[in-house]
Amino acid sequence: MRQASLIAVLARQGVLIALVLLILFGWLRYDNFLGPFNISTVLRYNSMFALVALGMCFVIMTGGIDLSVGGTAALGSVVAALFSPYGTLAGTVGGVAAGLCVGAANGFVIVRLRILPFITTLAAMLAASGAALLLAGDQSVSVSYESGFTDLGQGDVLGIPIPAVIAAAAYVVGSIVLNLTSTGRTVLAIGGNEDASRLMGLPVDRVKFLVYVASGGLSGLAGVVLASQFGAGQPVEGVGWELFAIASVVVGGTVLTGGIGSVGATLAGVLLLGLIFNVLNFENGLGWISLSAYWQSVIRGIFLLFVVILQSRLTLRDEAT
Amino acid sequence: MTGRVAGQVDASPPGAAGRAASRALVARYSTLAALVMLILFNVAYTNHFVSVQTLNVNLTQVATIVIVGVGMTLVIATAGIDLSVGSLMAIAGALAPIIFLGKVVPIGEVHVAVAAAMILSVAVAGALGWFNGWLITRFSIQPIIATLVLFIAGRGIAQVMTNGNLQPFKLDAFQWIGLGRWLGIPAQVVVMAAMVAAAAWTLRRSLFGRQILAVGGNERAARLSGVPVARVKHWVYGISGLCSGIAGLVVIAINSSSDANLVGLGMELDAIAAVAVGGTLLSGGRATIVGTLIGALFIQLVRYTLLANGIPDDVSKLVKAALIVAAVWLQGQGRG
Amino acid sequence: MTLSAIPASAPAPLLSMRAIGKAFAGVTALDGASLEVAQGEVHALIGENGAGKSTMIKILTGYLARDAGEIAFEGAPFEARSPQDAQAKGISTIYQEINLVPFRSVTENICMGRESRRYGLLNWPAMHAQARALLARFKIDIDVRQPLNRFNTATQQMVAIARAIGFKAKLVIMDEPTSSLDEAEVEVLFDVIRQLKRAGVSVIFVSHKLDELYAVCDRVTIMRDGKTVKTAQLGGITKLELVASMLGRALSQVAKSATAFGDRHGRIGEPVLTATHLKAARKVHDVSFAVRRGEIAGFAGLLGAGRTETARMVFGADRMHSGSLTFDGVALAPRQPLDAIRRGIGFSSEDRKLEGIIPDMSVSENLTLALMPQLARAGILDEARQRAVVEKFIARLGIKCSGPEQRIRELSGGNQQKVLLARWLAMNPKLLILDEPTRGIDVGAKAEIQGLIKELADQGLAVLMISSELEEVLEGSDRIFVLREGRSVAELSHDEASEDAVMAVMAHGAAVEAARMPE
Repeated sequence: MRQASLIAVLARQGVLIALVLLILFGWLRYDNFLGPFNISTVLRYNSMFALVALGMCFVIMTGGIDLSVGGTAALGSVVAALFSPYGTLAGTVGGVAAGLCVGAANGFVIVRLRILPFITTLAAMLAASGAALLLAGDQSVSVSYESGFTDLGQGDVLGIPIPAVIAAAAYVVGSIVLNLTSTGRTVLAIGGNEDASRLMGLPVDRVKFLVYVASGGLSGLAGVVLASQFGAGQPVEGVGWELFAIASVVVGGTVLTGGIGSVGATLAGVLLLGLIFNVLNFENGLGWISLSAYWQSVIRGIFLLFVVILQSRLTLRDEAT
Repeated sequence: MTGRVAGQVDASPPGAAGRAASRALVARYSTLAALVMLILFNVAYTNHFVSVQTLNVNLTQVATIVIVGVGMTLVIATAGIDLSVGSLMAIAGALAPIIFLGKVVPIGEVHVAVAAAMILSVAVAGALGWFNGWLITRFSIQPIIATLVLFIAGRGIAQVMTNGNLQPFKLDAFQWIGLGRWLGIPAQVVVMAAMVAAAAWTLRRSLFGRQILAVGGNERAARLSGVPVARVKHWVYGISGLCSGIAGLVVIAINSSSDANLVGLGMELDAIAAVAVGGTLLSGGRATIVGTLIGALFIQLVRYTLLANGIPDDVSKLVKAALIVAAVWLQGQGRG
Repeated sequence: MTLSAIPASAPAPLLSMRAIGKAFAGVTALDGASLEVAQGEVHALIGENGAGKSTMIKILTGYLARDAGEIAFEGAPFEARSPQDAQAKGISTIYQEINLVPFRSVTENICMGRESRRYGLLNWPAMHAQARALLARFKIDIDVRQPLNRFNTATQQMVAIARAIGFKAKLVIMDEPTSSLDEAEVEVLFDVIRQLKRAGVSVIFVSHKLDELYAVCDRVTIMRDGKTVKTAQLGGITKLELVASMLGRALSQVAKSATAFGDRHGRIGEPVLTATHLKAARKVHDVSFAVRRGEIAGFAGLLGAGRTETARMVFGADRMHSGSLTFDGVALAPRQPLDAIRRGIGFSSEDRKLEGIIPDMSVSENLTLALMPQLARAGILDEARQRAVVEKFIARLGIKCSGPEQRIRELSGGNQQKVLLARWLAMNPKLLILDEPTRGIDVGAKAEIQGLIKELADQGLAVLMISSELEEVLEGSDRIFVLREGRSVAELSHDEASEDAVMAVMAHGAAVEAARMPE
């Protein structure tokens, strides 16, 4: 793909343009769309998905996939809730650690046992959600309110929801790693040509292992945010998160075969898909149309379809010239 | 562009072929062997295991997974994947009651209504499967992404059709497919067996079956040899849609109600697990329908064994996960 | 096992591999092989496929572990645990397929693994400057920030070499480095190799192309059946002697002709395929040619001339922009291979691994792949008929396999190619297009296949043959069409065509005295 980077650039601009257009549309059409309450709510809610999508972006850039992120987030939320009586830090560390364990297991099976990421993370999804249910005793686990754990999810700092700050920090770190560290460049190299990367002497196995660990950790963190935002660890939550993450990453221009990608575009993808839900709510509120919440998945699906077809046409046209 | 890859001479040393063959043999039969061992274990240790009722219960649980698995096996044989099966089940499951309960167009004669409902729902599911095939061939979109679209949107469509409401019913003319029996065997098991037989035979003996394996084995070579690759793909995804439709009908028949939120939830995972554990390669080109049946049975039996011996369902999820990994690893060893 | 005549007072060799042994699953790949490379020497390593060259290289570079023998590098015992390790110790490899990362920038491809850092983070400006400096040594000036796949193969190869130098390689192994280069690019590469030599860097040059060895190498080591057969100065050994050593035959037995085409006996009839002013989206701009019944038409040209692309257009594998095709007097406009196949055209691709064989399928299934629809009645395959066809062709082409059910990937390259040939012969085509029919095949099988092609043409089949081995095209074709940069520039008959004439046309594109321009 000669012009692959050009497509990535175009697609990236495409996402940003669509995002800006959607925001403009919302601002013009609805009151309070850009009001502090709505912005805060949207950011707070979508930070969980943003964290998960960041991990997914790195995994996909190596040419792999991680289907376990939803289950891991559920597990993280349960563990965080269980640890929450001991304080916010304990809860956070617990949740993230649980995620790191799942990620490490994924990494081990994929790198050592050489089993396809698709199957491995599929199994991990089952295992993680099974573990979550077990630990939670098949029900939600209430978070301890005394320890102030819920401040993490429900609080603000300088008017910005804390989860959004966490997500933003994660993205900044992610971007630095991708662009300015050899690990980050190796991630892209692996996706571009894994055999060549090995022959070039790059630490392919180590980096592959790391991206799955990172994805697990970020999912665990998302679970922590989930638990503290909603006041309970939910073992059945997380269903469909992996596909939301994949959709965000693809919409953001990262290619599923790996080797090309952008952290910022992924964030734009998350916001775009998340805003669709928001716009739907407003539209319902206006009463012009009455679209049930069920329409959101239909619209998200159509949107993904549109983006994917567009991406493929750009590739096809490019290869023909 | 980037340098041409010159054809390489790739002869493996003779003698290695023999060893590889025996490893492949081990891998192919490992799941069957494990299944047999598990059955023996249960015969020895689980109360009331050897009974018609146990057999029926297990086969019934497995039937829907295998029905979907048949379609999934064919799709995976072309080196593709179908994530939309669960959502297509939901759509078929939502559409059928709408028709036979006469919610849109009342139909007088019950049997006509039921027939129309069944045919139309399955046909719609098949058409949506065909749509998947179209996306994949027309735009060269990767199967995982193409079927992701319906995965996300499909269930939503079903929910919109029913507004998320439950559709309860009681209609023997329809529910035979879930609750009926034929010579003592549950109807869906008969349907499952028929589909497995038909698909296995097709894969082995028919032109279409060989074309499927060629497309999965080396798509470029297949195209250059005149295999109608696009048409083959349209058909396998269409068939997968049909299978999902049938499975959706079975599920709602068993439950006497259709809940668009729940029908087929998680089915894609179960089906893919059955296919992988059963020995079909995810990379395409080698497939076994009977393997999918064995894989599904094995996974089901593990769950049953655990439950029957007092181990909570959540643990069985963990065990299932470990099993999938182990089975695929073994297959990988056999491939050499 | 004789080492060449290095005077006793010469400095110790840079690399010394002695008595290397290696076996895989009971099959011996190397049996007392040896290799010695001096400092600043360009040393050729040749041998047929299966002789053990790649195994030697893989052991040296840490890909495989040896079973026996010693390796000394720079005077000390040497053991590489992995290619990365070998690279760190000063041995770099340039592979046949450019083994770099296509989407990453040139700088990254040169610097990854020894990056410059500033405050712990990558220092891009410094790395870009380094990359530019390294490439400048080869007089290459490109934008190093661009992704690697923006540049052509020859440049990419230079990037690979720049990477090796950046890693302070003392020994650079080049595996078939010219397989994707045209004449001009090969010259640039040779220049670079000479520069390396002057800088004291040694090169191991692995190649099938004997002419090149004489141009740039000092000594040659010949391997056969896992042993080192001979090591000699290239100045003191002839090409025939090289081939004789490679094949293990006495000098007198090595045929005068490089190919097995011999004399043609068949009659040449009417044109089966006529192509006029063909144009595709890329690479093919204006190609006209004709192939007649019983004739072998050859396409000669450099890489990038558009030969394969033209052939694919005729077969319907690629889209035709403009121009016309007539097959058996009727217009032909195939939109997919199936259209061409139905008209009676067969096509054997240049890369059998990528586009030819279906590796997991059996010999029988591969052989009948195109024939399948004709073997089916009401959609069901007739196994008896299939078996009959397969056995007939196994016998006729002498395909060595344990049986029709053997997995095709277990066969040698030559036998795989025969199966692919049989795939098309079974269709009884009127025109057979063969793209690189003898690539990557050992000399024995090569001769068999060339003989087969000649036989088929004698029997009336029209053949269009593309080959990058000029000798093969010259000796095998009744008529040669020379393509250059997407245009057919000359048409030469067998008698008119000489190596010089054809190469002159390929190089300059001008009509040569004996050449006729097609309408």
